[in-house]
Amino acid sequence: MLAVRDQRDRAAFAALFDHFAPRLKGFVMRSGTSPAQAEEIVQEVMLTIWRKAGQFDPARAQVSAWIYQITRNRQIDMIRKDRRPRPEELDQDPETGPDPGQMLAVEQEAGQLKQALTRLKPNQREMIEKAYLGELTHQEISSQTGLPLGTIKSRIRLGLDRLRHELKELR
Amino acid sequence: MTAITHHIPDALLAAYATGNLPQAYSLVVAAHVSLCLDCRATVEAHQAAGGVVLDSVGAEPVSDRLKSGVLDLLDAPFVPEPRFQRSGVFPGPVVEALKGKPPRWKSLGLGVRQSILAADRDGSVRLLSIPPGQAVPDHSHNGLELTLVLEGSFRDETGRFAVGDVEVADQSLEHTPIAEPGPACICLAATDAPLRFNALIPRLLQPLFRI
Ligand SMILES: [Zn+2]
Repeated sequence: MLAVRDQRDRAAFAALFDHFAPRLKGFVMRSGTSPAQAEEIVQEVMLTIWRKAGQFDPARAQVSAWIYQITRNRQIDMIRKDRRPRPEELDQDPETGPDPGQMLAVEQEAGQLKQALTRLKPNQREMIEKAYLGELTHQEISSQTGLPLGTIKSRIRLGLDRLRHELKELR
Repeated sequence: MTAITHHIPDALLAAYATGNLPQAYSLVVAAHVSLCLDCRATVEAHQAAGGVVLDSVGAEPVSDRLKSGVLDLLDAPFVPEPRFQRSGVFPGPVVEALKGKPPRWKSLGLGVRQSILAADRDGSVRLLSIPPGQAVPDHSHNGLELTLVLEGSFRDETGRFAVGDVEVADQSLEHTPIAEPGPACICLAATDAPLRFNALIPRLLQPLFRI
């Protein structure tokens, strides 16, 4: 992904496509979308990944998290007439560059989450999947015993703190 | 800027991150997240979990022409997504809801003003401006109401709410928010029910006046 972002590397993008396009299609079809329409969404999401690659911040997200957000935005914009409200985007500081330790830690936390998901009982896992497919309301979510998100949240918070001086300037 | 002390409950952040929160509430969440690194980290943690689900939910083979189609389009011209940045006291998502223009305030009497950003059957979201010492007009809400302070502050039976703070009120909360001394209190308020200002306008006229 960083080769796509920094070098606009098309071969790297093709590899990213090979990994994510089938998963994206499977994910979108889980909500009852037809295969043809799912491919349309996959096409738009993959193009958005290419075009918005500069916004990807490995100090805060693994690639799948970033793609998840783009995909849900796209799905919701299609369902609703209005654009889903997005928070202000935080620009990365080109001076500081990526912190390899922080990037690695984000990857590792995501790996832990994945393991936690596989360890859940089938019915719990199904509820988690429903939640992240956007099929549970906030009332339904509040009664769920979810994934342990505390550690990855703290890690993301560290990544955000690196951007903090920019936030101060905005205020 | 003083520290934010009233945040958005995790279930609402999760519903926002997973894309199952009504549009009016989503605007309040997006506006608060623009001001609050803590809640932003929570939303991004939910996105990480979403990414894990995306990665493990099961792949479907894609048609051959999909890949060539995408690769062919990499250089195609496109309209970049609009980016709305903060303007004065208004966070980017509010500026977007205002379509980049200043709010069109309408008087509700006693110096209180409102500007409706969106309203439909599923709820409404609006800006309120309340002069110091003045109460938010007497309203009863059924359902859930989220109020984010953008300027000034207010106080009610449950505490003090300053810039960045969100009050989450359901029908069980009987409260009288009063703007504190200082600049007029500007809030972003979302509800899933039509607000009723009983004292001001008969209910029958509500749809007409969008109150
Ligand atoms: Zn917060």
